[in-house]
Amino acid sequence: MSAAGKDDVRPGHPVDRAQYVLAAVLLVVGVYTIVDARGLTVGFGDPIGPRVFPYAVGAGMVVLSVVLAVATARGDVAEAEGGEDVDLTAPADWLTVAKLVGVLVLAMLLVNLLGWAITGAALFAGCAWALGSRTPVRDVVVGAVLSVGSWYFFYVVLDVPLPPAILDGIL
Amino acid sequence: MDTLNLLLDGFGNALTPTNLLYAVLGVVIGTFVGVLPGIGPAMALALLLPITFGLEPTQSLIMFAGIYYGAMYGGSTTSILLNTPGESASVMTALEGNKMAKRGRAAQALATAAIGSFIAGTIGTLLVAFFAPIIADIAVEIGAPSYFAIMLLSLVLVTSVLGSSKLRGFVGLFIGLTIGLVGLDLSTGQARLTLGITQLVDGVDIVVVAVGLFAVGEATWIAAHLRRAPLDIIPVGQPFLSRDDLRRSWRPWLRGTAIGFPFGALPAGGSETPTFLSYVTEKKLAKHDEFGHGAIEGVAGPEAANNASAAGMFVPLLALGLPVTATASILLAAMNTYGIVPGPSLLTDEPELVWTLLASLLLGNALLLVVNLPLAPLWAKLLQIPRPQLYAGILFFATLGAYAVDQNPFDIGLLLAFGAVGFAVRRFGIPMLPLILGVIIGPLMEVKMREALDISNGAVSGLFNEALALVVYAIVALAIVVPLLLDLRRRSRTAPSEPTDEREEATR
Repeated sequence: MSAAGKDDVRPGHPVDRAQYVLAAVLLVVGVYTIVDARGLTVGFGDPIGPRVFPYAVGAGMVVLSVVLAVATARGDVAEAEGGEDVDLTAPADWLTVAKLVGVLVLAMLLVNLLGWAITGAALFAGCAWALGSRTPVRDVVVGAVLSVGSWYFFYVVLDVPLPPAILDGIL
Repeated sequence: MDTLNLLLDGFGNALTPTNLLYAVLGVVIGTFVGVLPGIGPAMALALLLPITFGLEPTQSLIMFAGIYYGAMYGGSTTSILLNTPGESASVMTALEGNKMAKRGRAAQALATAAIGSFIAGTIGTLLVAFFAPIIADIAVEIGAPSYFAIMLLSLVLVTSVLGSSKLRGFVGLFIGLTIGLVGLDLSTGQARLTLGITQLVDGVDIVVVAVGLFAVGEATWIAAHLRRAPLDIIPVGQPFLSRDDLRRSWRPWLRGTAIGFPFGALPAGGSETPTFLSYVTEKKLAKHDEFGHGAIEGVAGPEAANNASAAGMFVPLLALGLPVTATASILLAAMNTYGIVPGPSLLTDEPELVWTLLASLLLGNALLLVVNLPLAPLWAKLLQIPRPQLYAGILFFATLGAYAVDQNPFDIGLLLAFGAVGFAVRRFGIPMLPLILGVIIGPLMEVKMREALDISNGAVSGLFNEALALVVYAIVALAIVVPLLLDLRRRSRTAPSEPTDEREEATR
């Protein structure tokens, strides 16, 4: 690959250490893909079987992880993705991300218990709160309108009843 | 003539009041979602996939066609009014478009983009109607080895020609191929890469993958880097073109269409290259010395190229069953959920469906012009939605989409997992297109590979015993070698003084 040459290591330019982590993860995934494929049985009279393709994919992944690690050591730096609302000059705000993940995990755990209408409203309000909204009451109202509205949209227009759970009989 | 008759039949089907309603609905929702910052056409399609669940195949495709063109146009509105375009296809539009807007010519920029998109989309779709049957006729004769080779070609082109870093392109591709492996092996019924989780045996639902990668990945990525200072939004009046603007726009529209369509139709994917080429062409041909300060040609050309290539991608999708862009792969997934398998036989098996789809694409395009020119000032207001509520809304609909498929909370967990992949991909600058194409094309490729090798009883020669396959492999080899050589030449010229980061050639 077109990794930067040796003389490109700029002093004072830190190595992108997180990329080593990525390379390690890719290596594990590649090796696991190969190990997993070894456990498959190839049927009698099947010249190829289900193993060959995963072998190729896993092997490719292993090679790429090594190349990526080498490129990282030589000073290759990832170019993070920009966008309309993205400000890459500030350090990453992990607290917000953790809050969002927490809200989504809660939604996953509660959706069968509370039903979509309640969970959806809480999800919207929770995400807005995590992202720094200062209008919690309005967010809950908007969330409730969205989730009850989507429940009825699926039920009436698409004929797909989402579980009402504890609101059974009310919706 | 035959094509024309079939297309007229298609119009007959598309023009029922119900279908027309779905087309209008699709265009409006598509534009609405596409205008929202942070949402590109692929994400809009993925998020809106669930709302077509209860519809008939034809109607859902009609609606999808509307959403598709609507979201494309919405994206260009965003890039003209805000300077930082969300998707790579709008980068070129933003260059001159935003400058025009700053000089008080936002209305003209939006108008030339809308009319250019309409013209390019219409010509492009007519060309699809003309070419798809021809290519499908040829494709029926193509055997498994050549199919395998063509898929390989499309993956290699997308991975190594586009994007700034080939290494990262291939990393993305292999992540996608690995995701595509999860689930039952179709011919032997054995589970692969399921980690012992029973819910994964059926494979991962493409809706969950796409929504996780695009919506959750994007929302969390933006959450980590949210711009606290508000962006300047330029007010818009009613879009219109003066006689002089029109005179300056029509040639770029047509040139953009001519440049865009072939790039969409070839398995090279992406609209970065055609929009870039169109911009450069217009810049060279421009008589006015206005480029860099908001030249209307610089909006008209790339916008037309963008839409023409978006129409062109229907040729490989319908005739070969081969998606070449992220949006095409989501369309393919949508068709698969209805049991429609695009490919050479689709045109003969389901002619009504295909021609209705093509007719509704033309219709959606016309509706776009009717709906969007008057509504532009309204769409511009959408850019002012406060960001916490905007991204909370995206996560809300993402979760709804993932959950509604099977109503299984496990899918929300899976959505989070793919969201994490989507986040990492953005952090490490790994391009999304090879990844999503890997997920979709990988399994198709394995089927063709095993088909070819079964016939040859396992001999590797089975992959090479068609003339077409050999030709395609030769192109694959060229596609890998030529960029490498160009790279080397450039490096030997600029080295050693300048650190040759791959970034320099980047357009992303």
